[in-house]
Amino acid sequence: MRLLLVVLLLVAAASHLLLPFGALREAQAVDPGLADLILIQLRLPRTLLALGYGATLGISGAALQAMFANPLASPDISGASSGAALGAVIGGYWLGLAQPLLLAACGAAGALGTLALLVALAGRRADTATLLLAGLALALAAGAATSLALALAPSPFAFYDAFDWLMGNFADRSLAQAAAALIPASVASILLLRRAHALDLAALGEDVAASLGLKPRHLAMEVIALSAIAVGACVSVAGAIGFIGLVAPVFGRSISRGHPGSAMIPAALTGAILLAAADLVVRAVPLDRPIPVGVVTALFGTPLFVWLVVTMRRRVTA
Amino acid sequence: MTSLVARQIALPGRLQPTDLDIQSGELVALVGPNGGGKTSLLRALARIENASGVVAIDGEDLDLAPLARRRRLLSFLPASRDVIWPIAARDVIALGLDRHNPARIDELVALLELDSLAGRPVNRLSTGERARVLLARALIGNPQILLLDEPLSNLDPYWVLRIVSILETIAQSGQSVLVALHDLSQLPRFGRALLIADGKVQMDETPASLMASERFETVFRIHAARGGWEVRSQADRRSSR
Repeated sequence: MRLLLVVLLLVAAASHLLLPFGALREAQAVDPGLADLILIQLRLPRTLLALGYGATLGISGAALQAMFANPLASPDISGASSGAALGAVIGGYWLGLAQPLLLAACGAAGALGTLALLVALAGRRADTATLLLAGLALALAAGAATSLALALAPSPFAFYDAFDWLMGNFADRSLAQAAAALIPASVASILLLRRAHALDLAALGEDVAASLGLKPRHLAMEVIALSAIAVGACVSVAGAIGFIGLVAPVFGRSISRGHPGSAMIPAALTGAILLAAADLVVRAVPLDRPIPVGVVTALFGTPLFVWLVVTMRRRVTA
Repeated sequence: MTSLVARQIALPGRLQPTDLDIQSGELVALVGPNGGGKTSLLRALARIENASGVVAIDGEDLDLAPLARRRRLLSFLPASRDVIWPIAARDVIALGLDRHNPARIDELVALLELDSLAGRPVNRLSTGERARVLLARALIGNPQILLLDEPLSNLDPYWVLRIVSILETIAQSGQSVLVALHDLSQLPRFGRALLIADGKVQMDETPASLMASERFETVFRIHAARGGWEVRSQADRRSSR
């Protein structure tokens, strides 16, 4: 199953980079330098961002779910993505920052603030209803604050400008922007992966984990800070993309035989494949204007989310 | 040989400063009314919270023991049976080991008669079945001290009796076992009993002398009658104050 995921990932990466192939061949015929330019300057950052952001959502989603002991916790439903968007909007439109790494830091700060508020509101091992309600309230508040920040921004074009980015977009991103998103995200993700076994043990409850010498409070703060850095950096470059962080860990756990921490690697592979596939759909749709990739993930993700909620409710009432 | 030494362990508002020594091979019951401090004492001994004082097992300060060593010194079973993730029962038991040891897992699966449940997701088992799986996880590492919070609750009579005899065997092998329990009918099978109330160990006796004492009846607000227990009347309670 893991092997299948790796194969699918390679197929997704190759398709994302090379399709449509016709354009590349034509460019190659005209000028070999032009084909390289398209491949390296245009397509490579987009492919790297789609795969890296997807993997980041998978890992941080799985880590947050393990930490909250709740399969509905995820970067979007916890409000972290909305908080990151707010942070990046304030950084970009109010503080006038243009450096991708500084914007990534603003995104991470926004996500961190929202996650810290979520824990303060709902607690570390919140029941589903409390977690969903608190996350929803934070996401709505951050969304409204983002709109307000854009409406009142010094630049009159802020709103129009940001719409394209807020719902998720990988088009026209530079290699420097991809690096600003993916270097912090990779470092944070690797540090999260090192806590896989601790998060597996946390499945037995915080008391058992603590009796084994782990520090559940430290672990929770680590997961929150690292997820915020990873997701915040990606959101600042490519916008808030929903559902991947919720759905990929579900697949991840089916491969890790239910272990919530070990689910991070298969969730990362699944997230990367899903987001690359969603972006391929965006590019394949024959429309004059591109649709945001976040719309595609929401279209496919909503039914899965409903299915998750229904199965959870059945389990509770059974 | 002294196995566990606790000195002045305390949790503000829940557990008064307590000293406790447990010898290796002892099977100790911890009884007391709801909210009396049984779980707090076990949590303080397992260093789950930042309790003050010192806990040493086999002469090693638990706070200073490395993670891998800690598993050999102590195991804690919480009263909660909740596991929300669909992990197979066998894999849950394996979480109690620091390295893969299928033979040892098979041993525990056989001991707790979990053969037919071993492959099933633990969150789909009944509470009693899950209780046995979680107990197996706590036992598998053969630690020096077992701290078990209500391992007999949610179990049918067969399993209540079986698990007490399993704990007797474990104690005979030299491990020490401290068990919080509510089922007083099993108390006589323990070698020693602690009565805890108001966050303080009130008595530390053999089960027989504990149950015969006036203090025991006052703390629990019951008294021995017709071969069992009865609730004490208001008048009894007033006269004993």
